[in-house]
Amino acid sequence: MKTPTSGYQRPASLTDAAMHYCAGCGHSSVHKLLAEVLDELEIRERTVGVAPVGCAVFAYFYFKCDISEAAHGRAAAVATGIKRALPDRIVFSYQGDGDLAAIGLTETVHAANRGEPITVIFINNTVYGMTGGQMAPTTLAGQITATSPTGRNPATMGCPIRMCELLNTLEQPYYIERVALDGHGGMVATKKALLTAFQTQVSGKGYSFVEVLSPCPTHFRCSPQDSLKFVGQKMAAQFPVRIFRKEGVPVHA
Amino acid sequence: MKKHFRVAIDRERCKGCELCIPVCPLHLLAMSTTMNRKGYHVSETVRAAECLGCIKCARMCPEAAIEILNVP
Repeated sequence: MKTPTSGYQRPASLTDAAMHYCAGCGHSSVHKLLAEVLDELEIRERTVGVAPVGCAVFAYFYFKCDISEAAHGRAAAVATGIKRALPDRIVFSYQGDGDLAAIGLTETVHAANRGEPITVIFINNTVYGMTGGQMAPTTLAGQITATSPTGRNPATMGCPIRMCELLNTLEQPYYIERVALDGHGGMVATKKALLTAFQTQVSGKGYSFVEVLSPCPTHFRCSPQDSLKFVGQKMAAQFPVRIFRKEGVPVHA
Repeated sequence: MKKHFRVAIDRERCKGCELCIPVCPLHLLAMSTTMNRKGYHVSETVRAAECLGCIKCARMCPEAAIEILNVP
């Protein structure tokens, strides 16, 4: 592992392609951290990713590992198939909140319920980013989006879904953690969570799930710096940042 | 012996999100007045020789546009 005094090089698992994400987007940050994890665990050659539909749909341009595209929301099901056919591969799915928590909720819950030994990375930025910032299942109460112009009203639109808590009611998952990309500390915590999730799979333990509270400056309608504050203050208040399950055992707050 | 570092910012990767600027403990980064080919103002170093190599800016950069190189 690199020590802080040895400098920093661009992760070898990232391609040279310029990412298409907006300035300050959480997707690019998580891509970078994921590439660092693939480098550190030396698993790039045997890793297969599954990309979602959403902003991260072009993830296959950016990683030097195999990536399969999945139909909208079905990344966990595709990852299940790949892992069962090729059990020696490291398989991860990378999904946003519209993909994982809305259209793909069934696949997500059942893959976790079966305890499939895959890693699911969930990018929660409270909006449908790619299609223009519409309300997602994870949109905060009162939050203004393109389809909730007066703010999300829980009476008619429901409350934000907490995916970690929901999956933690199941028996099979092995590791569940929620982290927040709210600054330098958040970047370090996210890297650590991703590292633990992949180590879980490398050692053949079971299902791992990492939810990353992620900034979307374009649809939060603020600067990248202010969007980090939104993540750290507003989002973290609704979605508690902690480990929910460790080594197959629920962790209580 | 004191180690020396060089902050290498890839101007064409930088999107000017400014996340690297407030994390530098020595305030060695600032926005440029010129633009890159895509039209973004980019991050650049001031007093670059003072870099301590804490790599906070490189960790923050979403685009992995900052590299911290160890200068022998």
